[in-house]
Formats: sequence, structure tokens, C-alpha cells
Amino acid sequence: MNWLLVVLGGATGAPLRYLADRAVQARHGAGLPYVFPWGTFTVNAAGSLLLGVLTGAAVSAPAYALLGTGLCGALTTYSTFSYETLRLAETGRGFLAAANVLASLLVGLGAVFLGVELAGGFGSPGGSGG
Amino acid sequence: MSTGEPPPRRVPIDPDVDLSVPAQRAETAGAARWGVLAVIAAGGALGASARYAASLAWPAAEGTFPWAVFAVNVTGCALIGVLMVLVAERSVVTHPLVRPFLGVGVLGGFTTFSTYAADVTELLERQRVLVAVAYASATAVAALGAVWAAAVATRALVDGDRRGRAG
Repeated sequence: MNWLLVVLGGATGAPLRYLADRAVQARHGAGLPYVFPWGTFTVNAAGSLLLGVLTGAAVSAPAYALLGTGLCGALTTYSTFSYETLRLAETGRGFLAAANVLASLLVGLGAVFLGVELAGGFGSPGGSGG
Repeated sequence: MSTGEPPPRRVPIDPDVDLSVPAQRAETAGAARWGVLAVIAAGGALGASARYAASLAWPAAEGTFPWAVFAVNVTGCALIGVLMVLVAERSVVTHPLVRPFLGVGVLGGFTTFSTYAADVTELLERQRVLVAVAYASATAVAALGAVWAAAVATRALVDGDRRGRAG
């Protein structure tokens, strides 16, 4: 049962990341070389915020499987983030590469914390798991 | 829109989609968009399932280092390094749905940033500061090392193979 919910969440989260990434890039100037990876940065922050809300609200296991492990897990990405960082570093943009790593981490942690607080705070289970 | 020719073959920064690459910009035009979105969804379902399986196989006790998510993220980063060299940098694989399916879908769905950030936050909340710092930094270092090593190795293999064929 939970497995199906993870499948459903994953099948929604990945296309959502793709469409959100496109939307963010389009706002930052169509056709221009894409320098700082704002699209991925934004979806990772948004997914971390949502996962924080789910953790703070201590949602049921099926809801966590669908929205947490599935949706947030697939909406956010480490692989895209790491390849972007590599490309930035290899194209002589070491500062942007380092900024991407640090800002993604700090904003991601801040987003989770904010989400948890918005939903009622820590002390509730639901944490890890995927 | 823009005047003048686009640069010859720019390797994108963002492996999911880069709107400055004309072919990727056109991916959502017309009916073809449904195929692209469908393979991304299928890949995302597969990747998320595999991550879920890993988290069930190696559950992390509360307050301990989340090895399953660590392994998932590092593995996924190595694989995107291989994939993007084959698809974007060296064009060994040219089918237009390979990047959406394997890169955006499978690897994007397999790896996760939100769970990583949530686990670090939770470790901090439990006063497991050393574990939190170790996990946060080890993931970043191992994942970036993995994507770099995989990309460098794949480039060397592809280029060596091409030199071999040419010579």
C-alpha cells in the first residue's frame, strides 16, 4: 500500500520539478545562458519546506509515503544539484559552485525548520524514511 | 527572440532542463510534451521506489547517521555524472527521451535533497550536533566527489574509445 503511494508521489514530484525548473528559468530571461541554477535551488527549498511541514504535522504513515517520501523526495534532487555544481566549478565559476552548495544547504535546513515550526514544532515522529 | 546564432554546442549547467538549449526549450511544445512528462513521471516513480526500498532495507535508528539516504544520494550523483557525459557532453546517447527518463525522472526521483535537509535538521534538534555536521558535510563531499570522479572517468573512457576507433 505505502509502496503504491510512494510510486504515485514520485510520479508527480519528478514532472513537477521539471515544470517548476522551466518556469523559474523562463522568468530569469529566456534564451540567456543559464548561470546560477535557480530552478533546482527553488524546488529543493520548496520541497524541504513542505517536508518540514509534514514532519511538524506528524502526518500518518500513508500520507508521509505519498507526500514525503514520494512527492518531496522526487520533487527535490541531489543528483541535479551535484552535476550543476560540477559544471559551475569546471566552467571557471568556482564562486558560484561554492555559493550553490552553501546556499542550498543553509536554505534547505532553514526551510525544513520553518516548515516544522509552521506545522507545530518538533517532538513528533515521522522524520526519516526516504 | 535573440539576434544572431546560438552558441554551437553549449553543455548545459542544469541537467534536468536548460532553456538556453533550443532542443530542450522545445520539449514542452505541442503533443510531444506528454511523452516527455510521461517518461519523467515513470522515471520518478521508479527512482522514488528504489529509494524507498533502500530506506526499508537499511532503516536508520533515530539520532543516527542516515546511511541509506547517504548511499542513495552518492550513488545517484555518480550515475548522473556518467549519464550527462554520455548524453550532453559527448552525445554517445542521442535519443531525446533518455535525459528526461533517466536524468530528470529516475535519478532525480532516486536522490533527494528534502530528506537530507530534514534528517540534518532532526539530528540538530536531537542535539546530535556531531552526527548532523558529519552527515551534512559527508554527503556534500561524497556526492560532489562522486559526480566529479564519474564524469572524469566516463569522459576518459569515451574519448579513449574514440581515439582507439580513429587510430
